[in-house]
Amino acid sequence: MAPGPSLAQKPEAPSIAAASPILEVSDIVKRFGAGEASLLAVDRVSFRVAEGEFVSLIGPSGCGKSTLFNIIGGLTGETGGRVAVDGAAVSGTHAAFGMVFQEESTFPWRSVIDNVAFPLELAGMGKRERQERARHFVSMVGLGGFERRYPSELSGGMRQRVAIARTLASEPRILLMDEPFAALDEQTRLLLGDKVLQIHQQLRQTTLLITHNITEAVQLSDRVLVMTYRPGRLKRALDIDLPRPRTSEVVGSDSFGRYVAQIWSDLREEASRGIRDDEERALHRSDAR
Amino acid sequence: MSRAGHAFGGHAAAALGFATLLGVMVALEVLIRAGVVNRFVVPLPSQVLAAIPRVVAEESIPHRFWQTTQEALAASLLLIVVGLALGMLLFRFRLLRSACETWVAALASAPIVLMYPLFLVIFGRSSTTIVMIGFVSGVPPLILKTVEGLAGTRKVLVDVGRSFRLDGSQLFRKILLPAALPSIFVGLRVGLIFMLINIVGVEFLINFGGLGQLINELAERYDLPGTYAAIGFVILVSVLFFVACERAEKWLLPRAA
Repeated sequence: MAPGPSLAQKPEAPSIAAASPILEVSDIVKRFGAGEASLLAVDRVSFRVAEGEFVSLIGPSGCGKSTLFNIIGGLTGETGGRVAVDGAAVSGTHAAFGMVFQEESTFPWRSVIDNVAFPLELAGMGKRERQERARHFVSMVGLGGFERRYPSELSGGMRQRVAIARTLASEPRILLMDEPFAALDEQTRLLLGDKVLQIHQQLRQTTLLITHNITEAVQLSDRVLVMTYRPGRLKRALDIDLPRPRTSEVVGSDSFGRYVAQIWSDLREEASRGIRDDEERALHRSDAR
Repeated sequence: MSRAGHAFGGHAAAALGFATLLGVMVALEVLIRAGVVNRFVVPLPSQVLAAIPRVVAEESIPHRFWQTTQEALAASLLLIVVGLALGMLLFRFRLLRSACETWVAALASAPIVLMYPLFLVIFGRSSTTIVMIGFVSGVPPLILKTVEGLAGTRKVLVDVGRSFRLDGSQLFRKILLPAALPSIFVGLRVGLIFMLINIVGVEFLINFGGLGQLINELAERYDLPGTYAAIGFVILVSVLFFVACERAEKWLLPRAA
């Protein structure tokens, strides 16, 4: 039987280590604006991700998860701190990262195969070779037979799979995913989660998943990092000591439920704080009027 | 819908369009014959159809048709090259866009054709005047829709490009431009409409070459069936340009269009 929440819980842990890290995030700070009106979105977040590890970063809405995703991926500059790959600091976008976004991000003017072949085309690969390689990733995400279709002819879940395949085709060392299933219905979300698990097992792809879905985080991850509400800090790291593959038996087990309950107890406090904060701001706005 | 279904839908639409046109002509014929519409203002459609072979034979239609088409082609080329370039420039430089966008929009609604004396002074009574008026009147919608399309590109698509480390030129060619194409084609269609109206209008006004001049001459001779037959050839030029535009759009945007 799988054990319950492990001793790896570290309340208020400012820094979380992983053996032989491929990704190191050290003391990341992000402040928007300047002066009194400035907003501290992310506050001294540090963690490490080991090669082949699947780590989820979970937190309530507005905790700076997506900001952190953009900072790690190099799309947004940090106010302070450092992101390193294999020990070397990186700034801006880096070839080691492949990013999957929350919003629908397929190119509507390209067919499925051409969307997936996009990074290969950028790499200067010949048409025949890139189509062949793209076909491999298309079938990996379960879209074989849809190669010539356009995104407008696919469902939301299928489009998101195209986006995942496109990122995988660039063969990134670290896959960054920002709530890739957020816009999907629950059933599609579960099926897509299974698909991501399957791909992770097949490729042993180092993955950092940003999510606010507890079940998804526990189902997919080796480790879950819980963030506080604004400013986003790391509150807890939880090693998910459940066997893989994470079959429906594992997902339905008591241990799985205990992990979910543990994370929810951390998140509930933060989410409540977020709701109170939103209500106060709404009150201030209506008073100001 | 299946491909066959699409094909059937396309044929059905064309047949319905043709039937509608035929219906309108028959209704007009009936109304004119019944005296509801004055036949000295609007000729019988049957007379217009009968006048076509005469106009073709006597009024050197192929030559005039080709002249108007050539002018429209030259103006379209200018329109596309300059319109896209200016649209991109306005998108690239925010200050320039803030400073000029309202003026470009004002130009789009201005009756450029009334400025033909100015163009005559600058370019003389020549095809260049006609081409330039066609170009100037058609370019503002293309500029505006190019800016709108580029600026309206979804941020996530740009982020995808950045995550794949595209440089500025690659980002423009591979993401911004394709994303803006549907909007650019809307601008191009509107621009072509303005351009064709103005080209034929100026040919008419300055009585120089092409189908516009023929309409002027036939109207002055009070040859109403001939005048309407000549207008039919203008419509044909318009149809040719729109079919070409549609084909280009389908080629560039196979599904997104």
